[in-house]
Amino acid sequence: MTRTRFIIANLFRKKTRTILTLLSVIMAFLLFGLLQSVNHIFNAGADFVGATRLFTQARVSFTAPLPLSMEPKIEAVPGVTRVTHWQWFGGVDPKTNGPMFVFAVDPVRYHDVYPEWVMPDDQWKAFANTRTSAIAGKQIAEQYGWKVGDKIPISSNIFPQKDGSKAWAFDLVGIYDGKDEDWKRRTNAVLINYDYYNEANAFGKDRANFFISKLADTNQAEQISKTIDAMFENSPDETKTQTEKDSNLSFIKQVGDIGMIVKWILFAVFFTLLLVVGNTMAQSVRERIPELAVLKTLGFSDGSVLGFVLAEAGILCLTGGLLGMLAATALGAFMEKMSGGQFQIHPHWTVWLIGGIAIVLMTIATGLLPALRARRLKIVDALAGH
Amino acid sequence: MLRQTTAVTAINIKSIPQRWALSAVIVIGLAGVVAVFTALLAMAVGFEKTLTATGRTDTAFILRGGSQSELNSGIGRDEANLIKLAPGIKVGADGQPNASAEANVIAELVRQGDKNSGANITVRGVEAKAFELRPNLKIVDGRKFTPGMRELIVGRGVVRQFQGANLGDTVRMRGSDWKVVGVFESGDAHDSEFWADFEVVATTFQRRGYSSVTAELDGPGGLKTLSDALKADPRLSVDVQTEQEYYSGQTKQFRATIAGMAGFITVIMALGAIFAALNTMYAAVAARGKEIATLRAIGFRGLPVVASVLIEALVLAVIGGALGALIAYLLFNNFSVSTLGQNFTQVVFSFKVTPALVIRGLIIALVIGMIGGLFPAIRAARLPVTTALREQ
Repeated sequence: MTRTRFIIANLFRKKTRTILTLLSVIMAFLLFGLLQSVNHIFNAGADFVGATRLFTQARVSFTAPLPLSMEPKIEAVPGVTRVTHWQWFGGVDPKTNGPMFVFAVDPVRYHDVYPEWVMPDDQWKAFANTRTSAIAGKQIAEQYGWKVGDKIPISSNIFPQKDGSKAWAFDLVGIYDGKDEDWKRRTNAVLINYDYYNEANAFGKDRANFFISKLADTNQAEQISKTIDAMFENSPDETKTQTEKDSNLSFIKQVGDIGMIVKWILFAVFFTLLLVVGNTMAQSVRERIPELAVLKTLGFSDGSVLGFVLAEAGILCLTGGLLGMLAATALGAFMEKMSGGQFQIHPHWTVWLIGGIAIVLMTIATGLLPALRARRLKIVDALAGH
Repeated sequence: MLRQTTAVTAINIKSIPQRWALSAVIVIGLAGVVAVFTALLAMAVGFEKTLTATGRTDTAFILRGGSQSELNSGIGRDEANLIKLAPGIKVGADGQPNASAEANVIAELVRQGDKNSGANITVRGVEAKAFELRPNLKIVDGRKFTPGMRELIVGRGVVRQFQGANLGDTVRMRGSDWKVVGVFESGDAHDSEFWADFEVVATTFQRRGYSSVTAELDGPGGLKTLSDALKADPRLSVDVQTEQEYYSGQTKQFRATIAGMAGFITVIMALGAIFAALNTMYAAVAARGKEIATLRAIGFRGLPVVASVLIEALVLAVIGGALGALIAYLLFNNFSVSTLGQNFTQVVFSFKVTPALVIRGLIIALVIGMIGGLFPAIRAARLPVTTALREQ
């Protein structure tokens, strides 16, 4: 019998106990994976967006729109290659009254600033040349079953049309996808033609929540932000310019102290788990003291006995941890799909990394004490104590 | 039978201290589940309490038709005058209707302990009667703003949760400096707001009109009189409700979100705890196999043995549940946080661990204890006496 098989055989000595312990570890890591994903969103934001774009909003609040006359001024700043405006539409699904991500943008400018979105050229052209056009991300289009050529109804909870109605409709001329996995998972928005929105909407003409500038050189981001903000200082439309990543993060953080609460839950889950697994390991060593003494009598070194016990803990934590993280990934992807990409809970690779570290730490925390106890056993005492 | 049950249970419970390490798994596992469950729901309860405490049942709250929140609403000056003169609104001692038309605009402040991510704060531009309409709002430090001046008063919650809004600070909004001249406390959602003079807010933010009108009703039938009169007026398209209804209505979505999240997390954690409890009780039964067999051999019946194991699991579960509720209470009760409200601005509120929540937590603990104890108990009773006695 090899050492590995010996360890596995030991684990199945008490099948019920091993399986029950494994299940609690799986549950804990399932929760850990999902909560850590939420935590990741709150703390890191979407780090793949990089710093090639700057978001300029009104300093007082992004809900106060800025005049479009600022756009050429920002575009004239050295280092800025292209600027697009971006207006929140307050989109609502007319059937369920649930929120939808809908933004009004300038089709040509937006395409220049966001090369990450992939769509056939003729659809980009149609977006620019159709008055009532809209394009939808792949995720949201799939969620609602939209096809190119459909007339899609979207209500706004902010903007009435000139006739007072808040029920709008747009011609879907294209469906865009992302250039890679990260961007593909963010195709959850509808983009509508700004000109049509601007002309049909009853109030707030020629204004936008954000100006998004594309930079020639990322290293200039900080200095260009300062230049833009300085241009509008002491005017009624003072600005605040941040990188895309920081701007996204501020938006997410509006939800409030959820990140902190998630941390507390993680702590509670982990602490509970540690005690459960630790206790099982300790119990299993206690029961086997005479056996371990026999092993030592047979000539196994103190070190190998320590190794046996630690390996058992390791196998429990590793199997449970991996299965739990896999379940979290599957469940996260499922929830993401069901929500049409609005709920981005798919575990990021860093979450897996932290999960891996947690598995190692748990093995040490739960296995080390019993393993040390096994190592220190004196053969005579252990055999006599029985 | 009862005597047998009591006797066996007493032996079990008295021996818990000897098996303390093992029993601790149930206690701690359940403490974890109940603490998380209670803390999450305490957040929902706290948010709800803050909003339902806001507004009176005898004041009407008027928004533009279909706008749902002040952020999306807009009422012109002429419309506001028509609304104020409508029947159903109480006329004050000064001969003017007791009403305040208000503008709701948004400013950004940075959260305490954060660096530069701004959070949206409501700035409420109010008319003179606003204070009379919210009698629970008290200035606790400094003074009221002077009409016509760029002065702000700030809610206690904002001072606590955000930077740069203390008495004497200057807040920069749309190219102008505003001085914080007073701090107020209202114990409701207004604690999360800045208040300033409407005319100054309207000029600074280039607002042509108001977001809402709050008006005191002239009696129990006032709401209907007012609502009917405003509906009949072809120049107006507005929604009328009591102020209390408006704020309570905002809690639904948050409550549903938190309840969903709490349910999901509790179910997964509870499953983990059930497996742990099963483990513990199986081990407890195994450790006492000989003892149980002896009892059976001298005439104790199966049922008392089942009952005793079950009761032991339940006792441990209740201890764990109570411990969890206590932890949640000590760590989170009155813990102040803020989140995004319906108006897209921050609402500051405190966690509230209520007796009802504690009881729900204990019920969850009992259910888990029951499941965790039942199967091991049945195994204990079924154990053949002879085999068990022979066991080492």
